Amino acid sequence: MDQDLKTELSKHGIFATTFEELYNWGRKNSVWPLTFGLACCAIEMIATTMARYDLARFGAEVFRASPRQADLMIVSGTVTKKMAPQVVRLYNQMPEPKYVISMGACAISGGPFRDGYNVLKGIDRYIPVDVHIPGCPPRPEALIHAFMALQDKISAQHLTGESRPRHLKRDLPSEFQVPELGEHGLEPQQNDEVFRNPLKVLQG
Amino acid sequence: MTLEEIRSRLEAFVPGCHAEIVVNGSPSAQNSLLIDRQHGLQAAMYLRDHPELQLDFCSNVTAVDWPDREKAEKIKTKRIVDGVEKEVEETKKTTIPGYLEVVYHLFSIAKKEGPVVLRMHTANRTDEVTLQSLTPVWRSAEFQEREAFDLFGIVFEGHPDLRRILMWEGFTDHPMRKDYVPPPDDDLEILAVSEPGA
Amino acid sequence: MTQALPSEAEQDQVMEISMGPQHPSTHGVFRMDIRLDGERVLRLKPVIGYLHRNHEKIAEAASYLAAIPYTDRLDYLCSMTNNWGYALAVEKLAGLTVPERAEYIRVIVSELTRLQNHASVVGFLLQDMGASGTPLMYAFREREKVMDLFESLSGARMMCNYMRFGGVRVDCSAEWLSQAAKVVAGFNGFLDEFERLLTGNEILMARTQGVGVLPRELAINAGVTGPGLRASGVNYDLRKVDSYGVYGRFEFRVPLGEHGDVYDRYMMRVLEMRESLRILEQALRDIPSGPFMDPKARLRGLRPKVGEAYARIESPKGELGFYLISDGSPNPYRYRVRPPSLINLTVLEDMCLGQSIADVVVILGSIDIVLGEVDR
Ligand code: SF4
Repeated sequence: MDQDLKTELSKHGIFATTFEELYNWGRKNSVWPLTFGLACCAIEMIATTMARYDLARFGAEVFRASPRQADLMIVSGTVTKKMAPQVVRLYNQMPEPKYVISMGACAISGGPFRDGYNVLKGIDRYIPVDVHIPGCPPRPEALIHAFMALQDKISAQHLTGESRPRHLKRDLPSEFQVPELGEHGLEPQQNDEVFRNPLKVLQG
Repeated sequence: MTLEEIRSRLEAFVPGCHAEIVVNGSPSAQNSLLIDRQHGLQAAMYLRDHPELQLDFCSNVTAVDWPDREKAEKIKTKRIVDGVEKEVEETKKTTIPGYLEVVYHLFSIAKKEGPVVLRMHTANRTDEVTLQSLTPVWRSAEFQEREAFDLFGIVFEGHPDLRRILMWEGFTDHPMRKDYVPPPDDDLEILAVSEPGA
Repeated sequence: MTQALPSEAEQDQVMEISMGPQHPSTHGVFRMDIRLDGERVLRLKPVIGYLHRNHEKIAEAASYLAAIPYTDRLDYLCSMTNNWGYALAVEKLAGLTVPERAEYIRVIVSELTRLQNHASVVGFLLQDMGASGTPLMYAFREREKVMDLFESLSGARMMCNYMRFGGVRVDCSAEWLSQAAKVVAGFNGFLDEFERLLTGNEILMARTQGVGVLPRELAINAGVTGPGLRASGVNYDLRKVDSYGVYGRFEFRVPLGEHGDVYDRYMMRVLEMRESLRILEQALRDIPSGPFMDPKARLRGLRPKVGEAYARIESPKGELGFYLISDGSPNPYRYRVRPPSLINLTVLEDMCLGQSIADVVVILGSIDIVLGEVDR
């Protein structure tokens, strides 16, 4: 529908919308995050939900402790190799549609602890990430920004057509391979179906 | 009590115990006592229960890895070169065998004194890595000795529950050792070097 | 702990559960393998390492200066005290001195840290008890004020990276000091309000009194430190025992508990906050002017003499120690953190045996662990 026409109509008290818009509007304002803190960034995540920053303004104050009831996983902190299988498993247990915010340098790439022998160098090696926020730790404002970016992403989704999101495509997986704890590290070291290896992306 | 007094008492009252003072050259001047491998437990009991010491609080337990070191020494020898006796310098290399070391920092809550630093060495870094556990004396050593077992590979005899603590069961390396190499291909920078055309 | 173990016939009710690493009340990625008889705990084994970030290994490969930002991330609620512990160890190792003004600033920021840590801990404890939201919200409201102070002083809310061996990184302005004085003056009111809500609260007392008792002898033998030790009646506060820094100059009391239960541990925190406020008032009043860094301290390329040093401070969690061995090179040969959170966990099983599973959550909350420090 033409945006100008819609604005014009609304001036006359006529509210026109599409089912898609209504649906996305509802979804984007009721994203329930998983109560899931990994490290220092989790404290900033808690601070974001508290009185001063008040994430509730965006419809996301309902933190659920069970992955079955959550839509959004905020990977807030360092993912170690020992923890990585659990993170992937939790992601797999969440129902579609589900989103991931990778909060902080650690969740993106290993951050300051990148050189550690037990540190996973970015959670996007195993699960698809929707929004990355850099920072160590990102400020609560940054988390809110990431959250709004996710809301924009949701409201721009089309329910039909080729560009429809993953959860509406029946043949795309909603669960991903859980890595195994091996003798020296994780096996496999990344899930090639998910991980966009920057080197390979650069080389086309 | 000074460290020297503690040392002589230990040797006197714990039969067969051999203790040695390790001098610390830093401004902190925290010297330590090196106890022989067989009498660690008895010496610890003695230190804890002695009424003048009452080292009832074992604060810090940790391990240190000392790999094999090569020491180069220059030695002057006399040798006959071209029929003339000359003084020749030669470098002689000796390998100092490596060992693993545990360090205990003891304090006394009753007397508000400390630290008394205990050390023990394993025989080598490979197959004889057993030491006596001091967990029966101080519970606070329980998790810290497990950590030393996990990350350094020191086996504590008499520990009630010696399992890996930080890494997972099934992990085979001891990552805090100096010669530990993390698995390759883990980092993209390394990937770039190893497969240039990928 | 006094109850007898179940008989053979009852044994078939025994159930093993794994609590964590994803559990809302484990304060991060902590896991407990628990054996239960109905609701009663028969065995409890902590499983840790899910946040093992190899702090020690990384610090051994870095220079002395470069380890400071990593210490921030140990106990990520208390970056200032972590900095201090490490700075103290390097100062001992290299024989550096600290100017007076820096010592006072250190006391001020550390006591502020203690305030916000204890407030958050009590908030989290009540959250675990089921007082969903309110106490934690109050605590975080106060915490934000301290965070603002830290941010204007160091540039970061949580990861302050503020202290250096030989002093502190930047001086604090007179304005900052007066702001800090304002926060301190307001904190008493918050504590009164908090205590009115909680201390005499019947539900709180029923859930905490007589729960998770830690006997005095066990506490000492198991190396428990901090409020947990003092709740069991042991008078051992490193600020008094070692009087590191300038703590010897301040007048404050060390609160002691009697029963060693969760309620005492809660009270310890509340009372310690009051004492911290007293220290802060004195420090803010007496802070001298002068340099804030030892001019002789070399931050970059510090090469201490061969030797070792162990230094410890009273962090809000307990005795935080750093053990450094220098081999004369620019990076420490051995770098070890003595984590109070980890060692205080040793007695978790002893405190939980015979209690119900709902109490485990409360007992764990009263120990006050931060996983960044447990696993390092
Ligand atoms: S990004 Fe920084 S603050 Fe966040 S978890 Fe990693 S180290 Fe902690």
